[in-house]
Amino acid sequence: MTYIAKPRLHHPSLTRNKVGYTRRDYEGKVSTLCAGCGHDSISAAIIQACWELDIEPHRVAKLSGIGCSSKTPDYFLGASHGFNTVHGRMPSVLTGANLANRDLLYLGVSGDGDSASIGLGQFAHAMRRNVNMVYIVENNGVYGLTKGQFSATADKGSQSKKGVVNADSPVDLVGLAMQLGASFVARSFSGDKAQMVPLIKAAIGHGGAAFIDIISPCVTFNNHAGSTRSYDWVREHNEAVSRIDFISSRDEITATIAPGEVVDVEQHDGTVLRLRKLHADYDPSDRVAAMSHMHARAAEGELLTGLLYIEGEAGDLHAAQHTSARPLNSLGKADLCPGAAALDKLNASLR
Amino acid sequence: MKQITAINDFVIKFANVNGSGSASANELFAKAILRMGVPVSPRNIFPSNIQGLPTWYEVRISEKGYLGRRGGIDMMVAMNPQTWAADVEEIEPGGYLFYDSTRPRPASELRDDLIVIGMPLTEICNAVYSDPRQRQLFKNIMYVGALSVLLDMDPAVIEALLGEQYKGKEKLIASNVQALNLGRDFAKEHLKHPLPIRVERAHRVGERIFVDGNTAAGLGAVYGGATVCAWYPITPSTSVAEAYQKYSNKFRVDADGRHNYAFVQAEDELASIGMVVGAGWNGARAFTATSGPGVSLMTEFIGLAYFAEIPVTIVNVQRGGPSTGMPTRTQQADVLSCAYASHGDTKHVLLFPEDPKECFEHTATAFDLADRLQTPVFVMTDLDIGMNQRLCDPFAWDDARDYDRGKVMTAEDLEHKDFGRYKDVDGDGIPWRTLPGTHPTRGSYFTRGTTRDAYARYSERGPDYIYNVQRLLAKFATAAKLVPQPVPRPAAKRTRLGVIFYGSTSPAMHEALDVMAGQGIHVDALRLCAFPFPASVKEFIDAHETVFVVEQNRDAQLRSLLVNELEINPAKLCKVLHYDGTPITARFITQAITDHVHEAMVAPVETKA
Repeated sequence: MTYIAKPRLHHPSLTRNKVGYTRRDYEGKVSTLCAGCGHDSISAAIIQACWELDIEPHRVAKLSGIGCSSKTPDYFLGASHGFNTVHGRMPSVLTGANLANRDLLYLGVSGDGDSASIGLGQFAHAMRRNVNMVYIVENNGVYGLTKGQFSATADKGSQSKKGVVNADSPVDLVGLAMQLGASFVARSFSGDKAQMVPLIKAAIGHGGAAFIDIISPCVTFNNHAGSTRSYDWVREHNEAVSRIDFISSRDEITATIAPGEVVDVEQHDGTVLRLRKLHADYDPSDRVAAMSHMHARAAEGELLTGLLYIEGEAGDLHAAQHTSARPLNSLGKADLCPGAAALDKLNASLR
Repeated sequence: MKQITAINDFVIKFANVNGSGSASANELFAKAILRMGVPVSPRNIFPSNIQGLPTWYEVRISEKGYLGRRGGIDMMVAMNPQTWAADVEEIEPGGYLFYDSTRPRPASELRDDLIVIGMPLTEICNAVYSDPRQRQLFKNIMYVGALSVLLDMDPAVIEALLGEQYKGKEKLIASNVQALNLGRDFAKEHLKHPLPIRVERAHRVGERIFVDGNTAAGLGAVYGGATVCAWYPITPSTSVAEAYQKYSNKFRVDADGRHNYAFVQAEDELASIGMVVGAGWNGARAFTATSGPGVSLMTEFIGLAYFAEIPVTIVNVQRGGPSTGMPTRTQQADVLSCAYASHGDTKHVLLFPEDPKECFEHTATAFDLADRLQTPVFVMTDLDIGMNQRLCDPFAWDDARDYDRGKVMTAEDLEHKDFGRYKDVDGDGIPWRTLPGTHPTRGSYFTRGTTRDAYARYSERGPDYIYNVQRLLAKFATAAKLVPQPVPRPAAKRTRLGVIFYGSTSPAMHEALDVMAGQGIHVDALRLCAFPFPASVKEFIDAHETVFVVEQNRDAQLRSLLVNELEINPAKLCKVLHYDGTPITARFITQAITDHVHEAMVAPVETKA
């Protein structure tokens, strides 16, 4: 949402990916967020992930709710259709869009105000329905657009910029997602691009709901002493469980890593997610153990990041619905209308 | 005492207890009369409860074909001790009271201007059946048997219906026929028959079908090409979604088990309309079915769909409001809240079907209109049409009819046409749109609820805003030409009186017009089928001195809409309002209009011309 246009001229020697696009082709409008906003780093990571995965920009549908984070889809993938819906209700709109055309890649971007307050219900139900999408929450623990109120993810005891102490317990979206049956749950930090990009790539390759909670400090309203969502605090308390590589199926390499340190998780489309464990005892395929570990670290004041849980063969909403392999929005009268003869029979049964 | 005497023209009401299994027996009774060629119009009157509370089934039998509620009861089948006094009170003088006389009622609880017919149903059942559930269920079939003798109905017709109902379950057919005959035998032996009210074979049903509006609307959504149904259960609309699922399972499942539809029971109304908005944005025909409180929850999204210009279809089966109101009673009380749903300046297309056939047609049409106009379209039915079986013309479909998908640019279009998402290219207020994924480099845009310029670029400039909202008004004017047009019914003689009505009021209205004409009061009638109002509505009002607006709500909502949208002098539009939750009757309308005519001393019939 900006009046400032980006220059259209690109450097002629920019590298092109396999589908012929340069990295610039994945950019959007000029961001109007505050300079240094973590959300812009996330946009940059999305751009890089999509470019590296050779995704055609127009095959992505990007949807969001309302808030700082929800403005960001305007700032990446300018050749994609975007939809800024209503506050907290992006998941249902994305679900409907996904039902209409299963062939596109769905990217849902939300914030902590959006997903953990008004949208908590829709977040929960999108997770349990396992809608095939990447669902990113840009989590800063604060309302930026309305200037600094606590959001529902703010830690109890943390302080606002005005010095107010938060008395409420935080909503832990990662823990909720795991409990609700989400098949891909990760957390990252907007200041850690090396971790974010492969996580986003892995989420794109996942065949169901892939949730990534990205701690993204608000430089204007939540980057001060006393905040548990400031850059300094997150850097000091970040503990990664894993580093991952995402490997496209066409150039899979499997022989170079020693056993015991690496887990390969094959995705529904044949791509491979390679997890390099930083904790030898961390098993991202054990939902209960993952939750337990996460809670234990949280009790110690640590923010666990990385791929926290993944279920390989999850099956998505379309699988549950047994929907046609063809997108529903492409079906015509011949596929959909039973016709006059069938109606005559029905009429006869109603006499 | 003068007994009510009538052939093929009376009203019978069954007073039962919810959950006692009476519904299928009562429907069997109504359908048997229908099979004898006599038009029937039944209505379920039930509380917002699962079991144990009173429930009624009122059947109007009318050889003339009047399908509205007439008012008054000629015969009561009083099977509920809880409501005894009120049920007995309701019977017309000279009418008939049929009851279970296992425990005879004292004379003080009866009326001496009624013909009381007692039958020891419980006693007979207890003697024949040992299973408690059978005793309960067959009591109902037994009274149908007795009534068939009293009213001179053909038992073969009832047996045939039982055969159809329990096809493949021969034991059930035999036991039901046995119960039916127990009732018939008792009546033949112990009761005076036939009564002065009775049924005679006729040929007045023809090819018409007997179906409820919700089933019809669900079927209409299948025929209209809906591929996504996202809904949340709410009385009285639930069976719309269920019918859609049933008929989709019948017609839309491929040989390999793949569905050409999606059916999601959402977590709430907000999510259901959100899914519809998302699917509509992405080019699928999508709908939800709900009732008043559901519409309240959906209004934010409805406003988004209006302003962002996304096709959405909403079937609103209206019930008694406000708030939880009377969830199982009927009203037409959501007209204003739907016409202007959401904040800011919004207007929505409303369709008003009069019967199940139109529930089918209007629902199918709603998808064409929503796609063509890129806007929410409401199908405004109500509990009376939605949940009651109604005799209506058969559903019809022209195989040559194709879906109108509206102005959607293809990849090829985008190669050589300028695309501005909100540009009024054709002068009808309707812009062109593109669907996500259409073209690698052209046609993408950002959809949002905030204002924008003609190329969908965020803009807070006043002129851009004005351009958009004025174009939306132009689009609404276009809609008035596309929606189903009003249906006039001119009076037999020239008159200064007019009446406007819509939806489920229709059958009672037509009967009232006949009755009034018989009394020398001639009224030109116009049945509205949609909002926005076509020009002919204003012309009709202008052509009459007084126009009655008949509707089923307290605040004369359609009248307000007419005054507001057409700038009519309110004094010209005379309210006729019925809103106790029961369907309006011909008697009520006749009374209200004739009272007004007499009180206003309007010259009753003809003009000088």
